[in-house]
Order: sequence, then structure tokens, then C-alpha cells
Amino acid sequence: MKNLKKKFHFRINLKSKHLLAIMTIFCVSCIAATFTSGISTAPLQETAGMIVVPFEKSINRIGSWLLSIRASFREKQELLAENEELKAEIDSLTTQNNKLIQDQTELTRLKQLYNLDEEYSDYPKVAAKIISKDPGNWYDTFMVNKGSNDGIREGNNVIAGKGLVGIVTEVGPSWCTVRSIIDDSTNVSAMTVSTSDNCVVEGDLELIDEGKLSFQQLYDQENKITVGERIVTSNISENYMEGLFIGYVSEIHQDSNNLTKTGTIVTPVDFRHLREVFIITVNKQDAIADQKGAADQSGENQEGGADEE
Amino acid sequence: MKSKMVLFLMIIACFLLQCTVLHVFSIGSITPNLMLILCVSMGLMRGRKSGLWVGFFSGLLIDLFYGSLFGFYALIYMYVGFISGYACRVYYDDDVKVPMLLVAGTDFLFNLAVYGLQFLLRGRLGLGTYLYRIIIPEVFYTVFLTMIVYKAFYHINYRFMNIARKESESIWVIK
Repeated sequence: MKNLKKKFHFRINLKSKHLLAIMTIFCVSCIAATFTSGISTAPLQETAGMIVVPFEKSINRIGSWLLSIRASFREKQELLAENEELKAEIDSLTTQNNKLIQDQTELTRLKQLYNLDEEYSDYPKVAAKIISKDPGNWYDTFMVNKGSNDGIREGNNVIAGKGLVGIVTEVGPSWCTVRSIIDDSTNVSAMTVSTSDNCVVEGDLELIDEGKLSFQQLYDQENKITVGERIVTSNISENYMEGLFIGYVSEIHQDSNNLTKTGTIVTPVDFRHLREVFIITVNKQDAIADQKGAADQSGENQEGGADEE
Repeated sequence: MKSKMVLFLMIIACFLLQCTVLHVFSIGSITPNLMLILCVSMGLMRGRKSGLWVGFFSGLLIDLFYGSLFGFYALIYMYVGFISGYACRVYYDDDVKVPMLLVAGTDFLFNLAVYGLQFLLRGRLGLGTYLYRIIIPEVFYTVFLTMIVYKAFYHINYRFMNIARKESESIWVIK
């Protein structure tokens, strides 16, 4: 019996190539399964999350404690922050300048913008801290410390400060992962504020250094869109709430087909130093369902529903 | 059993460090790849099979939390561990130069695989930009990190785990 065991053990040791083949087939079938049918790995994620997330949270806490100590000792840090603030001020002044130059249409745009801002603050939000980031350098996803226990669901939009940050892709009981809009695989349906023309905003790894996004398929026959135009999420997007601010147009070119335009957008969010975000706990799909319900009964029902959350 | 437990703990610890602490030390938003160093050093010190399993489980952990395709990173890391396992019988593992070279090679291949399978297939053709912006800086930074952490992995391997490498298995020893 012992001999047999030894033999068996020996045999397995020899066939590492076969083991590799088996595991390769396993992995490839996993990839194929998730790619084609979208089989959920939620139970596995939850168990793994139970082990990993508490550690990440505590590491994050220690990290922020150390950071706070360091911050109190360093003057340079303050200067850097001040520099950043001044830079932001320059940016805002430039855009303000741009705005002032524009003419009568500006008024309508600002009115619209005001409406959008009103809506923006109406969404119920949950504040969350970023506890860990994607291990590789190719993508831009991160994990935050709030999950389904705090009312977060898949597809919730994430904002920070002034602009859109991303969308919740996976949710556990006390954590969720967020794919940011600068991630190379993200597409957002967006529109311009002044003319409500639709376009598609894409994350692009080649532009990440400059803090920019690219946009495509902007139909602007009358050349009304100029640099400095505000881009928000569109009303026809399935995943993103309407009117979340994405950024300002920084470059715009005519496509070779002479119909559409492409260009780049500067986001107001500093993705590299992002620490805290807000998660909007209503989905676009709920909002649509809400509106349907409201149309059936009365107009005020919708607001009541939003307040409850 | 003991070595399996230690390996498991090391995978978890490396994943945690990779996702939280190492981002603090990132230069130009490039983070070194500690998981890959773990796979390569275990492959080098303990052979192909250990490398394969370590790679598979560390990749699986990344897939669970950050992957868009389940099993993708598991597959790539598995091959990284397996390939470095070939070096186990050829080289001695007490010198830091061998793992450095191995890490450089496998990290380059790893990033090329990620680019080829996830970016090229979506029509991102600018390999040059990605090469200079991401792949080469990551390779250098990861090799640099290898110099620091390899000794630690080496000591953990020989202190807390059963010795996997037998002198008689080496192809250089005349039997």
C-alpha cells in the first residue's frame, strides 16, 4: 500500500505538464463561461472578500494614520497642496474667462446647468473610502469600504467632488469594486450641455497621464461646440444617471467623415489622489421605473421615492 | 501541509500588499508587480508544480476582485510560475541574479500577454506608447523590487517550508 502511494505520488510529480494542460483548460473554460454567458462568481467573491477585506480596511486605516502624522510634519506637503489649489484656481479662472466671452446662448446653457446641478444634489448618496486598488498598471479599478449592507448595488454611479468617477461593478456585503471612467474599457454615453448633442466618452490609457478622456461620435454640424464646453452624462445612457458632470472639452477635431467630431476631455477629478468618493444609491433603471410609476399615479410620487432612500 | 499553509498565507499577504501598500510607492503611477515576483521565486525555488499552483491562486485572487474575465489572470500567472519552474533544476536559487533575470523576462511576457489579449483585441494599436509608458517601467521597477524581497522569500522558503529542491534532482549532479 505504501509502495503504491509512493508510486502514485511519484507519477503525479512527473506530470506537471499534464497538470498545466488541465489547469489551462479549466481557466480557458472559465474565461469562456464568463465571457459568453456572464456566469456570476459572486459566492466565491464573497468568501474571498471575507478574508481579504478586513485586512485591507485595517491596512488602510494604519496608512491614513501614518499619512496624518506625516502631513503634520511636512511643510512641503502644504506647499504642494497650495500649488495644486492655485492651479485649480487658474483652471477655473480660465474656464470662467471662456464662459464670459460667450454670448446669449450662454444664458440658456447656464439655466440648464443650474437645473442639472439641482438634480445632482437630489440623488441619495453614500460616502465611502477607497481601501485598495487594482494590482496591475493596465486598468483603473478600485475597492471601497461600503457594500450591499449600506444599500449599494451593482450599477450604482460613483462621483467625487465635482465629477463622475465611475460605476460599481461588483458588490460584497461590506465592500464593492468600482471601475473608473478613465479605465481603458469604460464607455460612457454623454452629451454637451449647451446643445444636448450626444457623444461617447471613452477612457484611454494613452491619455491617462494628462488626466484626459477621449470622446467620439459627436455630431455637431453647426460647429457650436468649442473648447471649454461642459460634458455631462446623457439622458439616453442606460447605466449612468442623467446630468452627472464628466469634464470640459479640451481639444476637438473634425473626423475624416466630415460628420462627427472626436476630441479629448479634461476631468475635474484627480484620479491619482482619490481617497474618498460618493456612491449614488439609485440606479438609472430605478429612475426609469420610478418615472413610469409616477406617470401612472401622480407627479409627486417620484420625489417621495427618492427621499426614502 | 505546513508549506501549503505558508504558501497560502504568503499569497494573501502579497495580494494585500500589492493592492494597498505598493500603490503608495508607485512612481509615475507605475506599481511593481509583487505577485509576479512571488510566483517566479516559488517557481525557481520549489519547481514547476509549486510555481503553477502559486501562480494559479494568486491570479485567481486578482480575478475575483478586479478581473473582468474570470480566469484570465489565473491563466497568465500560472504560466509565469510554470515557466520559472523550469529554472529550478538548472540554476541554484541562492543568488539574486537568476530571479532578477527571470522576473524581467516573465514580467515582460506577462504584460505583453495582457496587452495582446485585452488591448490589441479591442483595437488599441499603439504598442509603442504602452511599451514605453507601462511595460518597460514596470519591468524595471519590478526587477528593482526583486532585489529587495527575494532574500525574504528565500528565507521564508528555507525556514518555514519543507525543502522541495533535492540535490540529487539537479541535472548537474552525476548520478
